[in-house]
Amino acid sequence: MRKIMTGVLGAALAACASTVWAGTLDNVKAKGTLTCGTNPATAGFSVPDNDGKWTGFVVDYCRAVAAGVLGDATKVKFIPLNAKDRFTALQSGEIDILAHNATWTSSRDTSLGIIFAGTYFYDGQGFMVRKSENIKSAKDLDGASICVSQGTTTELNLADYFRSNGMTFSAVGFADEEAVIKAYEEGRCDVFSADTSSLNAARIRMDNADDSVVLPEIISKEPLGPAVRQGDDQWLNIAKWTLNVMLAAEEFGVTSKNVDEMKNSDNPNIRRLLGVEGSFGKDVGLGETWSQDIIKQVGNYSEIFERSIGKESPLKIERGVNALWNAGGLQYAPPIR
Amino acid sequence: MVDISQPAHLRRAFSIYDKKVRAIIYQAGLAVSLAVIVAAIATQTVSNMRQRGIPLTFDFWNQTAGFQINQTLIPYDTLSSYGQAFWVGVANTLLVSACGIVLATVIGFLIGISRLSNNWIAAKVATSYVEVIRNIPLLLQLLFWYNAVLKPLPAPKASIALPGGIYLNNRGIILPAVEFHAGAGLVGMAIVAAVAFTIAFSAYASGVQKRTGKQLPVLAVGLLLLAGLPLAAYVAAGSPWSFTYPELRGFNFRGGQQIYPEFAALLIGLSVYTASFIAEIVRGGIQAVSKGQTEAAHALGLPQGKTLRLVVVPQAFRIIIPPLTSQYLNLIKNSSLAVFIGYPDLVQVFAGSVLNQTGAAVQVMAITLAVYLVISLITSAAMNAFNLRFALVER
Repeated sequence: MRKIMTGVLGAALAACASTVWAGTLDNVKAKGTLTCGTNPATAGFSVPDNDGKWTGFVVDYCRAVAAGVLGDATKVKFIPLNAKDRFTALQSGEIDILAHNATWTSSRDTSLGIIFAGTYFYDGQGFMVRKSENIKSAKDLDGASICVSQGTTTELNLADYFRSNGMTFSAVGFADEEAVIKAYEEGRCDVFSADTSSLNAARIRMDNADDSVVLPEIISKEPLGPAVRQGDDQWLNIAKWTLNVMLAAEEFGVTSKNVDEMKNSDNPNIRRLLGVEGSFGKDVGLGETWSQDIIKQVGNYSEIFERSIGKESPLKIERGVNALWNAGGLQYAPPIR
Repeated sequence: MVDISQPAHLRRAFSIYDKKVRAIIYQAGLAVSLAVIVAAIATQTVSNMRQRGIPLTFDFWNQTAGFQINQTLIPYDTLSSYGQAFWVGVANTLLVSACGIVLATVIGFLIGISRLSNNWIAAKVATSYVEVIRNIPLLLQLLFWYNAVLKPLPAPKASIALPGGIYLNNRGIILPAVEFHAGAGLVGMAIVAAVAFTIAFSAYASGVQKRTGKQLPVLAVGLLLLAGLPLAAYVAAGSPWSFTYPELRGFNFRGGQQIYPEFAALLIGLSVYTASFIAEIVRGGIQAVSKGQTEAAHALGLPQGKTLRLVVVPQAFRIIIPPLTSQYLNLIKNSSLAVFIGYPDLVQVFAGSVLNQTGAAVQVMAITLAVYLVISLITSAAMNAFNLRFALVER
């Protein structure tokens, strides 16, 4: 009996060791689905509807990765994660890619065993207060109780901001973003602080959305992006270039509607992007049509932005710094050649 | 022990067919394979973590934490270290556990005794309490209390003012803060002395009673000592403390001492829940004392109160204490549900913010587990010592 037990345990250990160290791409192909960790509570960015179907801006990013890798944007399994557990889930291999509203920072890039693959949304931290408080500026928040998500950069920026402005505050932290919003709504806190995208997303879901206002100050840089495990460069490239494909498609006017016509374009940039010329797909380790699949099934950056969080959505977020580089923004895809 | 089942010339020094030798071999084999499994898991973890570039050191302990915690029993600010944040969490866990154990015991004993009461209403109320509370998951109860505490209370600007400079609002209870001046130590010493004298006097009195049967006025002397000595010291030291009263400025009250709603909700939730189990243990303990004991005490002419105090309760305690210990341990461990209502206990602060900000999941979880283990073992040891005292009474 003991011999059998030891044997089984040994085999289990060996199995763990081997599955963990195969390339993520091979794993995903073998499973036939992409496992994507995301936030279940930010309207417009990632949220499941009543039927359990996920929608939103970062959800579309995951669908784009699935379209590129598996040729089918629907083959994604979404794992809801709160801010506190998200990096551990990625480290431990529970998910293939983290598409959360996680800020890209130096320490996360270097000391967690994970690496960020780019920035899909340039954000900044802000404050939401009740209109009845008559607060016009974040400088008037001295002594406030502030509801905040634990394990976020928000938590750290708050401490920095109040200390450097010589003000005090009292933090009430929750692991779960839903709990943070609820506590603010019930009056436990004077202020709800998070990335402004999350503030706006939370506000439109509140019962009394018009009672609250987001203050004008942005107190931090919050580049939000997807992250993967360190040590798998091929997978990092796929995560990085999926985003770049969507940005380049917007830049060259390729959309989900016109992608088939665009294959006949004379523009060499477009021909290389769509894999008609050159070996883009093969170089990243995927099929020749991977970029076409992304654009056709999910869309270019502008399409996913506008339908989830921009003009066509209830959030109505302006492109602002998230416009393309040639339109006054920061979004810039390196050349595909 | 010498094996005398066989004559000496037939006994061999060492044999694989010897039952004892085989047992030792089996035990050794089991120990070795266990050690191998543990070592394999540890090496695999370490090497996996190293390959993924996850640090496996405790360097983070002295680094600046940079986040804020609202309830801190020990000095902590945003420039303190992760290690200091750990101690803040431990202190908050101990605070809520200690208060919870006291409160749960009081409520539990009251309810347990009420269930046995001859008063029909008291007995039925106690029964419904036990049946309702112990059958609802604790987490739901905590969320209920948190919202029940929060919802009806007004915002700070519309605080309910209670007598004595106490305010109640949805940020908690704000009490006047006590400021100690020189001479406060004298009052402290007076209290200690009063307690010591009272204990000594009651010991002396019971000695006198045993020898002569005379009863000394222990209660009156004790009360006089406990009230008189500190009061005299207070006057002698010239009122050595003062209160600073909270006042509403800006968003909230400044000055004063705040009891946070998270703490209140967690304390009430844990106490009420655990009390329902303690009540059953108490009832069972009392009912387990044979009826003949009560009848014998009555036959000796002891009144009802003394029967309970001198005959039933000491015997019931022997039965109550061991299961009571496990309820205390449950309460301590359940306090980790604090994380769901934002109370900064060990799990919320250390296994929450610290784990996430440092990424040191393995180290942080190992420390957290060790802390709960140590707290539980200490509690258990203390209760066992207490139990031993009662067990010795048995004849």
